[in-house]
Amino acid sequence: MGKMKGAVVVDVERCKGCELCIVTCPQQVLANKEAQVNSKGYHYVYMERPEDCTGCTNCAVVCPDGVLTIYRVKEEV
Amino acid sequence: MDIQEIIQPENLVYERTQCLTDATLSYCPGCGHGVIHRLTMEVIEEMGIQQDTLGVASVGCSVLAYDFMNIDMTQAPHGRATAVATGIKRCWPNKFVFTYQGDGDLAAIGTAETIHTCNRGENLLIIFVNNGIYGMTGGQMAPTTLPGMKSSTSPYGRDVELMGNPINITDMVSRLPGTYFATRQSVHKPGNVRKTKKALRMAFENQKLNKGTSIVEIVSNCNSGWKMTPAESNKWMEEHMFPFYPLGDMKVNGEMVEKK
Repeated sequence: MGKMKGAVVVDVERCKGCELCIVTCPQQVLANKEAQVNSKGYHYVYMERPEDCTGCTNCAVVCPDGVLTIYRVKEEV
Repeated sequence: MDIQEIIQPENLVYERTQCLTDATLSYCPGCGHGVIHRLTMEVIEEMGIQQDTLGVASVGCSVLAYDFMNIDMTQAPHGRATAVATGIKRCWPNKFVFTYQGDGDLAAIGTAETIHTCNRGENLLIIFVNNGIYGMTGGQMAPTTLPGMKSSTSPYGRDVELMGNPINITDMVSRLPGTYFATRQSVHKPGNVRKTKKALRMAFENQKLNKGTSIVEIVSNCNSGWKMTPAESNKWMEEHMFPFYPLGDMKVNGEMVEKK
């Protein structure tokens, strides 16, 4: 059976750093950039552990600002 | 596999709906309004009714909803959204009409309009966002504030003897004969978001049947007003709001749902 691999693309300028996606992610893929901010001064979210993402879309579904775009592909073993 | 290989148009599974405008939402970080805006627009996009939908925004945080929703919208005076929507629906009975109201608007100053719209059974959808507080004006006590809940005008908690009981308005209007569909949902977890979307879809479909009013209450957080982080406020909402405002359908297809 193939494994699902996902990728999250973040619209950095739109992100408000509310961290709802971080607590929702079942694989703990996402984290806030501690050192960097966007033009509004928010610590935006990024993929800290991209290898674990399954592309389940849970983060994008709870995101209030529609920041996240999800891609998913089935990796053949 | 490399990330860049995954990020290809053919692998896209989720993106922001085109029915929302490009404007950045003016809501606080973590506010449930953003999710509810997106769900409403996703349902409209799925049904292909962007040209045939008219929205009425209320007064409150959602007053600027017409800036974010890429459909024809108007904005009603305090609490009068359902009255304005009644006029629109009667002029264009074939259009889809919805109102987007908060609890300060719908349950306080607009109580009469809401109850009479549901009692007349106007064919429109009321989206009711309940966060138990007046969010925009600075977190004052609303009719839906829970007993003992702190707000800027009840700093020692709501005292029921002095300030009265909270009002459960969806439960109240679900008993009126004109109401066809009444439900209460939330948007704090992915499963709840998907259920809410299903409820909104059902409510829009009901407008085609011309059977009566649909009301979808969404219990939401107000992390700024409650003075918490977004994640904490969602947890607080689960622990304190849901016992008083239990989630679930109250009336489906004009029949009351039996509580177990």
